[in-house]
Amino acid sequence: MDLLQDVIQHYNQWITIFLMVSGLYIVVARGNMIKKLVGLSLFQTSVYLLYISPGKILGGTAPIIGEGFSVYSNVLPHVLILTAIVVGVATLALGLALVVRINEAFGTIEEDEIFEMISEE
Amino acid sequence: MRFDLISRVGAKLFLPFILLFGLYVQFHGDFGPGGGFQAGVIAAAMIILYAIIFGLPAAQRVVPPLVVEIMIPLGVMIYAGTGIAALLKGGNYLNYSTLGHDQVHAQELGILLVELGVLITVAGTMIAIFYAFAGRGR
Amino acid sequence: MVLLTLLAVITIGVVRLRNLFAVVILGGAYSFLMASVMIVLDAVDVAMTEASVGAGISTVLMLGTLYLTKTEEVRPVHTPVLPLFVAIITGAVLVYGTLDLPPFGIADAPIHAHVAPYYFQNSIPETGVPNVVTSVLASYRGYDTLGETSVIFCAGIAVLMLLKGRRARKGAGKPGKGGKA
Repeated sequence: MDLLQDVIQHYNQWITIFLMVSGLYIVVARGNMIKKLVGLSLFQTSVYLLYISPGKILGGTAPIIGEGFSVYSNVLPHVLILTAIVVGVATLALGLALVVRINEAFGTIEEDEIFEMISEE
Repeated sequence: MRFDLISRVGAKLFLPFILLFGLYVQFHGDFGPGGGFQAGVIAAAMIILYAIIFGLPAAQRVVPPLVVEIMIPLGVMIYAGTGIAALLKGGNYLNYSTLGHDQVHAQELGILLVELGVLITVAGTMIAIFYAFAGRGR
Repeated sequence: MVLLTLLAVITIGVVRLRNLFAVVILGGAYSFLMASVMIVLDAVDVAMTEASVGAGISTVLMLGTLYLTKTEEVRPVHTPVLPLFVAIITGAVLVYGTLDLPPFGIADAPIHAHVAPYYFQNSIPETGVPNVVTSVLASYRGYDTLGETSVIFCAGIAVLMLLKGRRARKGAGKPGKGGKA
């Protein structure tokens, strides 16, 4: 029973860790640059989940003050992540722009082929 | 895609409401979920949908690239300018309490201006990035 | 909990698939699921942003990049044993770390004891704004948001610098319109 309780209490965090680790695996193992960026954004969204899930209070409501509610989930992670998402897409666009330029310069977006080209020169 | 009748008519039906929803999200952000970041992205999404369905030149006639490129620094300047206005009125930087005649009104004014700056920068950046990617393909 | 499991399933799909187009579309589905999870966790503002940014803008940008490059990934030449090993070790250490964290959803966790009650008590009297996310974002933490806005500004300028320039070799000196960047 102890194990089951552990699973229920930490399920969010474990899924977060799974997403994070998959993102890390994609970034390290795959040579394709777009795939690497997808992996980075997986990693990034796992961090959003990591921040948001401890802010939740069971039985609480969204942090908009209204009549008849007294328990609100924590607002601070929401604010931090809200800005992080938009900054994340801006930096993702920067990464994609770099990929486009690399593709124009080398004709490929595979890391290994680019390394080969550089070592041949 | 350029001559697909259903998506053209459907998009024409939807576009004004997307923009209206963006503005609602912007100005109702004090009371419900929303704010400058979301509204900026929604407004940019409207322009991007328009560009996808009617073609990039049509979208660039509606929102010229020059306007977009002016919007990016303009938003940051509105944000920073709000802080400087508070500074000139004798308060701390970005402390809006000195902007109006009483504290609550001043704070609301400050939040409104700041969110406006965020809206302009976010929308401008997203549209500019999309124009850059779409214009690269030709 | 079901939503979180679906997220994990989509992640496995993203890791295994080799067609980048499918990966990008799965990424869109992933973002929508993430937005639903955020609603369940009471973060409505974050959910709205995630749905419009993650599923909307970044999918469009990814597709634009795919159009400019290739949509198929080559088979990797290295064996993925070492990265898999690193990933599993990292995951195991992190899972071990979570066992000491406070359980999900209780009200007296340390995160709820610091500044959050101040925001909830003072948002209405000090700023008159019922949506605490907005008041914290724009007023209490205005410096943070100014910084974030500047980061977006810088990223936008950088993208324009990278992509607005003329093509170095191919587009032989044909002056385009709007080249003011």
